[in-house]
Amino acid sequence: MAYTEEELKKELETKEYEYGFYTDIESDTLPKGLNEDIVIAISKKKNEPEWMTEWRLEAFRAWQEMEEPEWANVTYKKPNFQDISYYSAPNKKPKYDSLDEVDPELLDTFKKLGISIDEQKKLAGVAVDIVMDSVSVATTFKKTLAEKGIIFCSISEAIQEHPELVKKHLGTVVPKKDNFYAALNSAVFSDGSFCYIPKGVRCPMELSTYFRINQAGTGQFERTLVVADEGSYVSYLEGCTAPSRDENQLHAAVVELIAMDDAEIKYSTVQNWFPGDKEGKGGVFNFVTKRGLCEKNAKISWTQVETGSAVTWKYPSCVLKGDNSIGEFYSIAVTNNFQQADTGTKMIHLGKNTKSTIISKGISAGQSQNSYRGLVQVSSRADNARNFSQCDSLLMGNRCGAHTFPYIEVKNKSAQIEHEATTSKIGEDQIFYCNQRGIDTEKAIALIVNGFSKEVLNKLPMEFAVEAQKLLEISLEGSVG
Amino acid sequence: MDLKEKLVSSFLAFEDGLDLDNPVHEVRSAAIKNFEEKGFPSKKEEAWKYTSLNSIQKVDFSIFPKKETALEYKDIKKYFLHEIDTYKIVFVDGVYSSYLSETTHDGVDVCLMSSAFSKPMFRQVIEVYFNKAASKDESLTSLNTAFSKEGAYIYIPKNKMPKKPIQILHLATGNEAALMLQPRNLVVAEDNAEVQIIERHQSLTDNEVFTNSVTEIFAGKDAIVDYYKVQNDASTASLVDNTYISQKDNSVVRVHTFSFGGKLIRNNLNFYQNGEHIDSTLKGVTILGDKQHVDHHTLVHHAQPNCESHQDYKGIFGDSSTGVFNGKIIVDKIAQKTDAFQQNNNILLSDKATINSKPQLEIFADDVKCSHGCTIGQLDEDALFYLRSRGIPQKEAKALLMYAFANNVLESVRIPELKARINKIIANKLGVRVGFDL
Repeated sequence: MAYTEEELKKELETKEYEYGFYTDIESDTLPKGLNEDIVIAISKKKNEPEWMTEWRLEAFRAWQEMEEPEWANVTYKKPNFQDISYYSAPNKKPKYDSLDEVDPELLDTFKKLGISIDEQKKLAGVAVDIVMDSVSVATTFKKTLAEKGIIFCSISEAIQEHPELVKKHLGTVVPKKDNFYAALNSAVFSDGSFCYIPKGVRCPMELSTYFRINQAGTGQFERTLVVADEGSYVSYLEGCTAPSRDENQLHAAVVELIAMDDAEIKYSTVQNWFPGDKEGKGGVFNFVTKRGLCEKNAKISWTQVETGSAVTWKYPSCVLKGDNSIGEFYSIAVTNNFQQADTGTKMIHLGKNTKSTIISKGISAGQSQNSYRGLVQVSSRADNARNFSQCDSLLMGNRCGAHTFPYIEVKNKSAQIEHEATTSKIGEDQIFYCNQRGIDTEKAIALIVNGFSKEVLNKLPMEFAVEAQKLLEISLEGSVG
Repeated sequence: MDLKEKLVSSFLAFEDGLDLDNPVHEVRSAAIKNFEEKGFPSKKEEAWKYTSLNSIQKVDFSIFPKKETALEYKDIKKYFLHEIDTYKIVFVDGVYSSYLSETTHDGVDVCLMSSAFSKPMFRQVIEVYFNKAASKDESLTSLNTAFSKEGAYIYIPKNKMPKKPIQILHLATGNEAALMLQPRNLVVAEDNAEVQIIERHQSLTDNEVFTNSVTEIFAGKDAIVDYYKVQNDASTASLVDNTYISQKDNSVVRVHTFSFGGKLIRNNLNFYQNGEHIDSTLKGVTILGDKQHVDHHTLVHHAQPNCESHQDYKGIFGDSSTGVFNGKIIVDKIAQKTDAFQQNNNILLSDKATINSKPQLEIFADDVKCSHGCTIGQLDEDALFYLRSRGIPQKEAKALLMYAFANNVLESVRIPELKARINKIIANKLGVRVGFDL
């Protein structure tokens, strides 16, 4: 006998956050609050050169002048920026040669997450740069990558070892004064990943980083910089889970991608941070600035599966500067209970013959609000620009909302822009059809949602596609009548 | 003194000439307070992101025109849809011209707001409807409400239909170097009534004119209202048109907006569906050149189940013109089975022209059919070649294709003579004679 709607709702609401555990590792945490001393202290702790400290201070000064943005279609209690500790690092920081030396408790954490390092090493062929509360503690596969001349390390390491590269590219795509959260990140970022692919090199494996927010009351400020030199290719994966915490946690990351002439970057994200409980209590605030710059003939492709966070504010964008460059954005955003998501993309067409594609699938259930906000801009010099956008929303129940805010600004007569949006629900006849064939309602919904999201799921690398499908099931099943 | 201060301070002088015991007086006072607080909208506001009123605020507009001017019908005949017999309500520099007008009280009321405000026989209608649909929050609407005095008053009782369509014509003579007009119209179609209205604003000289107009339309159960806005004004005339429509069960309201001329036009078209099985249609053709700027801002609020809305806006933009489309559909939680459709298609003819389009959906009900589409493109090269290979010159071929592009919108125009007139204006605008009407 299939579930009744009530039962399904109940089960869904009481579904505990599966990855909600907390690792007790001694942390080296700075006192709460933010001022110039803290910024300098962070920089000192990381042994940064003077130009970096100065860079952070400039960003901090700019941030002080800025106001928190309010235009997004989300409501939340603003975080108190003086009540956050801006730095926390696992206090033992040796560089391990083998896994045996790693803190067993930390290894345990990874096991619970199902990302055992050795397994990853052997089976998946994925180099994992694990960021545990802001500082990189384990980096694998470095040697294989080094042979190709690929640099893949934490950003603090890159500042020490490749200052010229970091200095040249950091803040060029997302300037430190870009927006409130980007400025904050620029001032206090603790760690993140840095990746450089040399000319003409095709990165032989998917690069991936697992982010986790661990320490209670600690904000996480990641900084990622990916530089693909001329003619190179890289696929970068980013995945996230976080332990349950009642206090809202702030996450303000910045991701910068630079694709030089003929280069291609594929950036995939699965985000499953703690979304808060069924009363809307707790959960992560995710205010992210992601942007990529395409030079001539370059291509940047963003794929994201957003299922977590209490509040999401995220617009992975492409600046199509070079002629013939291509930008893509594929997104699934799922919101349930009291989650709020305001997400989308910006495609800025500057070069000639530039192309962009936007496929966005929003699924809202419970009492959540899901917004798509996108910008397609064609400058007067961008001849023959082409854009196709599609935003589909699926509503489950009548207590949630789906919103679309597309901005289209065109200043060139040869531009061809298409935008389409639809809103629908899962049809009773569809479910009935499945029930008839012995598929229970819960499975039927998973099936239909998977079908709805297929265009985007298909764009994910194999390793992620499975995880993403699982996530969809966890976040959604059965929330419809 | 900037325009805002001037308006606020002249409110006292404006009040002097009016009956302060009239209940409308309180509405006006509240409205001027709201305007004083909010002022003119700036580009910082999301709703005015693409349209700036800065240049208008710099002009020293005369708010109360002093002298009246007599106009001869033959001089202004061309601005009327004179091919058919109609009721006419004509205002010259904001003042009613009885000489040029043709009003009626025969079964239906087609007359003036000033008499509706003052005569007791209209008091009940004013109490029930006046300022009930218009926003009390939006600053320009408030400004109009504060100075509301004159405009068209159209009241169609139950089961009635006027014998002929109604034309509303606002003329600006250019006697003042710069003139600001604030007409206020009220259209009430009671249950099962029907009415067709054509509205036009026309400046007769190149002197600056700024019109801030508010129209409220109420459609009762099963009522049908057709409202056509013809905007083909001189290149020194600016218009902010605020239209608020409140509909009851089974009513049909269609608003067509034809924007071909003027310096700056902002259309705020708001539909509120307060009943079931309502049909709302919003259509527009915009053809611009020079430095013209047209901003279509639409809102359809689906507040009850089983309603429909259809939006279709076509735009052709040449030279350095700017087109803005901002369409918003809101579907409330209880408005299940809503069928809302929104389409915005644009053609850019010049690299200096700009289009900013923002079709929005805000949906809170799950069992709905809502979609929107927006395209920006060029004329089909193959189609153009096809026509040229058959001996049609490029200019005409292009014009033909543009006609075809805009034709969807014209199809639903229910007055054939008006359709012919619009076709002529389009042909003029495109600078061609195609020799037939579509």
